[in-house]
Amino acid sequence: MSEPNEHSQARPITLRVNGTEHRGQVEPRKLLVDFLREDLGLTGSHVGCEHGICGACTILINGESARSCLMLAVQADGAELMTVEGLAPQSGGPPALPGKTGQLHPLQTAFWEHHGLQCGFCTPGMLMTAYDLLQTNAAPSEAEIRAGLSAVLCRCTGYQGIVEAVQAAAETLRARRGGQL
Amino acid sequence: MKPPPFAYHAPTQLDEALALLERYGDDAKVLAGGQSLMPLLNFRLSYPSALIDINHVAELSYLRQENGQVCIGALTRQRAIEFSELVRRQLPLLYEATMLVGHLPIRTRGTIGGSLAHADPAAEYPAVALVLGADLVLQSPEGQRSISVEEFFVSYLTTALAPNEVVTEVRFSPASPTSGWAFEEVARRHGDFALAGVAGVIDADGEQCRTARLAAAGVGPTPIRLRAAEDILVQEGVTEQSIQRAAAKAAELVEPDSDIHASADFRRHLTEVLTRRAIQRALERGQEQRA
Repeated sequence: MSEPNEHSQARPITLRVNGTEHRGQVEPRKLLVDFLREDLGLTGSHVGCEHGICGACTILINGESARSCLMLAVQADGAELMTVEGLAPQSGGPPALPGKTGQLHPLQTAFWEHHGLQCGFCTPGMLMTAYDLLQTNAAPSEAEIRAGLSAVLCRCTGYQGIVEAVQAAAETLRARRGGQL
Repeated sequence: MKPPPFAYHAPTQLDEALALLERYGDDAKVLAGGQSLMPLLNFRLSYPSALIDINHVAELSYLRQENGQVCIGALTRQRAIEFSELVRRQLPLLYEATMLVGHLPIRTRGTIGGSLAHADPAAEYPAVALVLGADLVLQSPEGQRSISVEEFFVSYLTTALAPNEVVTEVRFSPASPTSGWAFEEVARRHGDFALAGVAGVIDADGEQCRTARLAAAGVGPTPIRLRAAEDILVQEGVTEQSIQRAAAKAAELVEPDSDIHASADFRRHLTEVLTRRAIQRALERGQEQRA
């Protein structure tokens, strides 16, 4: 049997998020997405269903997309994470948002231009999933995009704009950076 | 919701994980990819006193060929299987099924051992393992044993795993190079659990059918081997009529339930349709293999 205190004892974790090192103390049962939002203030990753269906909390963990509601924060100890907040600053791409210094990532620009979002709740998950899709397949077919993005539910757009946005982003990335994200 | 409290251990060695499992026994849950266990914890459908996180047990993650078999470590991610040349070449059915397992961000975490040990009858891997006649290697502090997948699945989410055992490896014998394969399923959304699915491997030369193996997913408490349907193909040869009869037989062999996603009748209907499609697709692929 377990000792009385080992359940709730907070543990130290160290991880890198969007290139910055963070340390935290987490109870083992704390979900990674809650750590990102509550402890680090990175509220771009959204909590939708908390059981891996909606995809709104999708982030990159050591370069691969995954649901941050289906991982514990303690499991991310030592990991390199990228959230939607990390997309824009690393880009050397298209124009900045008014009043903001960061430049949008080509994926974000394409979502903007092709009406790839309405309410925006699923958008962080769509962007991070599309990012992983494009880094393993620089020229996906429409069917491949639809299969890849089936990981994320959108209740506003009907998906057409999202699919077109990913197609456009893939083209831009191929033309500008040889497909490199 | 959020997970209930539990003790958390992240061993780096298999021995360490087994010792912890021995210590906690039935109260512990082994956490692999977490794509099934974490939702159960978040919904508080599971209250383990301890989680033994095996994600750092690197010795359980590999894909290799050994004595003509393809051996896959239990912690191997579905995404690694998706990109494995060895799998594509030797186990094309496993590759095809992998593309239907969850979604991209699920496959980056989900593992083959976890999927089999969880034993959801609607999942793809249990049916594939059954059709390919896979063996599982199980390990406890007392030692190692090998078990055929036919004996492994006992009932809904229930396997022959003892409380102090973990799955360490899955061994597949590749089908003969002249055989064709298919995994056919119907799901409401690509990547969701199938309402019904049928996996098949068939070795046929013209109308003569040497071997046929078929299994259905999502239409009973375990994946179901469709033996009587296979027998029809082998005994009668593959003709339009025998394929119809085998498909109709398949629908008799399954024991589907009704739920909010589909009625039992609809699932039975799907079993017939998918069996027919799987046979036809496997035969087409077999012809391509021979050509």
